[in-house]
Amino acid sequence: MAETTEFKGMALAKAINESLRRALEADPKVLIMGEDVGKLGGVFRVTDGLQKDFGESRVIDTPLAESGIVGTAIGLALRGYRPVVEIQFDGFVFPAYDQIVTQLAKMHARSLGKIKLPVVVRIPYGGGIGAVEHHSESPEALFAHVSGLKVVSPSNASDAYWMMQQAIQSDDPVIFFEPKRRYWDKGDVNTEAIPGPLHKARVVREGTDLTLVGYGPMVKLCHEVADAAAEEGKSLEILDLRSVSPIDFDSIQASVEKTRRLVVVHEAPVFFGTGAEIAARITERCFYHLEAPVLRVGGYHAPYPPARLEEEYLPGLDRVLDAVDRALAY
Amino acid sequence: MTVESTAARKPRRSAGTKSTAGKRTTARNTPGAEPELVQLLTPEGERVKHAENAVYDKYVTGVTPEELRGLYRDMVLTRRFDAEATSLQRQGELGLWASLLGQEAAQIGSGRALRDDDYVFPTYREHGVAWCRGVDPTNLLGMFRGVNNGGWDPNSNNFHLYTIVIGAQTLHATGYAMGVAKDGADSAVIAYFGDGASSQGDVAESFTFSAVYNAPVVFFCQNNQWAISEPTEKQTRVPLYQRAQGYGFPGVRVDGNDVLACLAVTRWALERARNGEGPTLVEAYTYRMGAHTTSDDPTKYRADEEREAWEAKDPILRLRRHLETSNHTDEGFFAELEAESEALGRRVREAVRAMPDPDHFAIFENVYADGHALVDEERAQFAAYQASFADEEGGN
Repeated sequence: MAETTEFKGMALAKAINESLRRALEADPKVLIMGEDVGKLGGVFRVTDGLQKDFGESRVIDTPLAESGIVGTAIGLALRGYRPVVEIQFDGFVFPAYDQIVTQLAKMHARSLGKIKLPVVVRIPYGGGIGAVEHHSESPEALFAHVSGLKVVSPSNASDAYWMMQQAIQSDDPVIFFEPKRRYWDKGDVNTEAIPGPLHKARVVREGTDLTLVGYGPMVKLCHEVADAAAEEGKSLEILDLRSVSPIDFDSIQASVEKTRRLVVVHEAPVFFGTGAEIAARITERCFYHLEAPVLRVGGYHAPYPPARLEEEYLPGLDRVLDAVDRALAY
Repeated sequence: MTVESTAARKPRRSAGTKSTAGKRTTARNTPGAEPELVQLLTPEGERVKHAENAVYDKYVTGVTPEELRGLYRDMVLTRRFDAEATSLQRQGELGLWASLLGQEAAQIGSGRALRDDDYVFPTYREHGVAWCRGVDPTNLLGMFRGVNNGGWDPNSNNFHLYTIVIGAQTLHATGYAMGVAKDGADSAVIAYFGDGASSQGDVAESFTFSAVYNAPVVFFCQNNQWAISEPTEKQTRVPLYQRAQGYGFPGVRVDGNDVLACLAVTRWALERARNGEGPTLVEAYTYRMGAHTTSDDPTKYRADEEREAWEAKDPILRLRRHLETSNHTDEGFFAELEAESEALGRRVREAVRAMPDPDHFAIFENVYADGHALVDEERAQFAAYQASFADEEGGN
């Protein structure tokens, strides 16, 4: 750990790296596990240098077996360890999905609270990097639908640092979705500033005409949308959701009661997605405040397309602006 | 005893050092033949010692008559408990029951090989192992009655909750064992699973992980010949114990109806784990004499003759014959045990019927350790809904 408490212009990936380093230093029970996390430092270098400094028994290169990674992490947690496992890419989590859903999520409840499973499952997710198939998906809704799991996604370096700290300290399993196309985006990280709770959403830009809700890789896009809208005289408020389970509906409600319009943006397919849940709940809570239906912008009900089509598939500036215009037109 | 050939007395080669590929022998494939396995007690109760089983025999040479009676008692009481649970299901007191009938020796033999500080990861049929761990049998019935999804504190007895997803617990056992090794402890971990589970990816992955990390885990496969209606032939083309060879650790097949052999082989495997020699696969070759669960109908897929052949190898009868011929007991012992069995049955029956339904709000308890806003919100909604009935009742 550097002596300074303030890192200027730290990449999001590096912030996670520093956070993992801090956790490894603070608690000998914290372990890092996954394919290629050791010598290579992960395919995105998020764990770079950790094995060198903490050894192979703390930063563990595993066999190529996702169910095995999560299943053994459960066993290690039962023994008192706090494993942070890496699934190399979003589309590769499914071999581990059974262990996550039927075991990791439910053991605390089944044991009437006797068992705690402080396991963090890190998943680099989302598209926009020109990858081949299974390397660009956003499966967060599949995990948010499962009780017993917490699902979070940071959008910037500071949150990445602190949310990882909070995820590791949580006695609940946390699915930690890392926006891989933002890994190299830089931001300031204060390693001493006490953050808000992990589940709290945050207004990252004040506005009066419409609320944009996004999380992970979409927050940056939301800023671009708000900038463009501002040129047309429209004032957009941006809420960074940060947590997909639980969802901080109170903060969304407060914003919507002010702006009276809501557009939700995520990369995952719109159908049965995070946006559907938000639209339903906010309609219930804010029916008499809303001037327009809650609109959603996201992926289509189609397999994630080949890289040369992903710009069509992913929510972009124009698609979100179009939804903003439609909402404002009511 | 036609199926008990001389081959049965000849143990398999130890520790998977030689391949027996091509000599696949299972009872059903080769009528009249029995696969090679470690056996220390014949079905007639005769104690067998020879050069081939000596490596395992030494683990039970010091077993006293009192300990033998203890093993017998464990098996009889476990069977009595199991029979009571089956009856309770038929009477509508349990929603389901998975009987261990026929597998008492595999479970008691392996269970009694464990030390208190060892950790057990069972499936949902390990009632005999639970007994050995000191888990009150009535606690096993809560999940089958539907009042909870567990029923005991795993850390009180180092006996994990039953796992229903087939094979999932073998990875938990492996991870736990990796932790034991990291802690520098000399305890061991044992994972139970069945022949059907051997087809699951998680079991294969647990073999890989345990071998790669040299984890102190014993994989105890009770090959009871049937995964619901699927015979072992639908799971594997090689004897299951031979799977271990491909992962680089020893596999051994033991007569699963011979409690002494199960005790010896498990002790041997646990000692390997404690000594830092890594995992072992034990295949206890046994038979599920009853149905898979009370929902199953084995008459639709297996012949009566098969069960009858295995009944002749009954694990309890076998030890009784040995106790009697060795003059290790008198009639008083069996009579007392019979009375104890009946008392256990009565206690279980009464305990199940007295089990209270869980509190309605248990739905929302322990979903998260640190809490979750949605659970809080839905609990409040539920409370309001429940309270609306109270208001109605109060208003009328």
